[in-house]
Amino acid sequence: MLKVFLWVVRRDLILSMRRRSDVATALFFFVIVVSLFPLGIGPELDTLRKIAPGVVWVAALLASMLSLERLFAADYADGTLEQMLLTPQPVALLVLAKVIAHWLVTGLPLALMAPLLGLQYDLSSQALGVLIASLLVGTPALSLIGAIGAALTLGVRGGGVLVSLLVLPLYIPVLIFGAGAVEANVSGLGAQSHMSMLGAILVLALVLAPLATAAALRVSTE
Amino acid sequence: MLSAENLSSVRGDRCLFKELNFSLESGELLYVHGHNGSGKTTLLRILCGLMLPEEGEVRWSGASVRGLREEYTKDVLYLGHKNGIKGDLTGLENLRISSILDGFELAESDAWKALEDIGLDGHEDLPTKVLSQGQKRRVALARLLVNHAKLWIMDEPFTALDKGAIALLQSVIGAHLDKGGLVVLTTHQEVPLTSGRARRLKLGWRD
Repeated sequence: MLKVFLWVVRRDLILSMRRRSDVATALFFFVIVVSLFPLGIGPELDTLRKIAPGVVWVAALLASMLSLERLFAADYADGTLEQMLLTPQPVALLVLAKVIAHWLVTGLPLALMAPLLGLQYDLSSQALGVLIASLLVGTPALSLIGAIGAALTLGVRGGGVLVSLLVLPLYIPVLIFGAGAVEANVSGLGAQSHMSMLGAILVLALVLAPLATAAALRVSTE
Repeated sequence: MLSAENLSSVRGDRCLFKELNFSLESGELLYVHGHNGSGKTTLLRILCGLMLPEEGEVRWSGASVRGLREEYTKDVLYLGHKNGIKGDLTGLENLRISSILDGFELAESDAWKALEDIGLDGHEDLPTKVLSQGQKRRVALARLLVNHAKLWIMDEPFTALDKGAIALLQSVIGAHLDKGGLVVLTTHQEVPLTSGRARRLKLGWRD
């Protein structure tokens, strides 16, 4: 079972590496959106410091949503998704492997890049540390929750817009606690409670989202 | 082994077929034919479990496939209209990943051999997106050579294949039947295989 899991992760990573431009788009989107705010607002450090957590997190949310379509659409189009549903492997396991591969090429680089972008907002090194930690815990949850939406809108006309309507409201708790963690650190309150909530959301998503996604895939491929 | 009881299917407000009954034993081939839109693909997708019938049941060794799920998918190999291969992966990678998903690990040398046998000579390690339609189909068909599934369900397996490949595929299917396997297939091409020992099932009302 573990072997199958690792093979699917490997397969999706190879596919992403052979289509690097798809991966780069979401990352550049993130970089540009985060960089636009300091340019638009001007060099008032107090304001920038205040909006930093919210801006970075909203940009991360949108970037992760942009890349959702890639998760199942290509496999659906060439029939490999159908074949996956017909294998003796539990579909939820395959879904989890695909989501993890997806996170490794979108969420992880995004989280690692965030501190660099955070410098534009004059965040302290401690706040940057919390930012990266909150993104590391939060972005996998975003990928997991997003997968449900991506599976539900497979093959639907205008699926891209629909997926944002479905998924963005579900992202709200992650946004609140993710941005909240950084804010709490900046204002000197300590980020621990927010981080624990974020961790709880991730654990819940890890358990439930693959099951929901698997069910959604069965409906979408009928 | 495989039996359908009172199957009926409705797509939209159109009834494709109803009260369809048949059973298929080891070593038998079922040839499903009928005009375009008569529900052949729908029937095949219901048989392999991708779709649920409106009414009725598909049984495998006496048990309903809805309850069997993973035990049934282990025994079934479905080859649909879409080849189910990734254009960015090579033939070798495609074959090895589909084998691992089917539950067995395929050594690289065995994968080479299967692709060679299916006639992909020299193109095994190219991304399949650069191959021709027929060659892509051959990559998909290579699964037949390495798979242990008992029931093969094939939707138009002969499309895009040249004469040599059609003959090869027929002999592969023949060998599978001789070993006690079961095959369900649709095709618009009359091939010796379907006129020989096949059982026929006609869908639709037109001739």
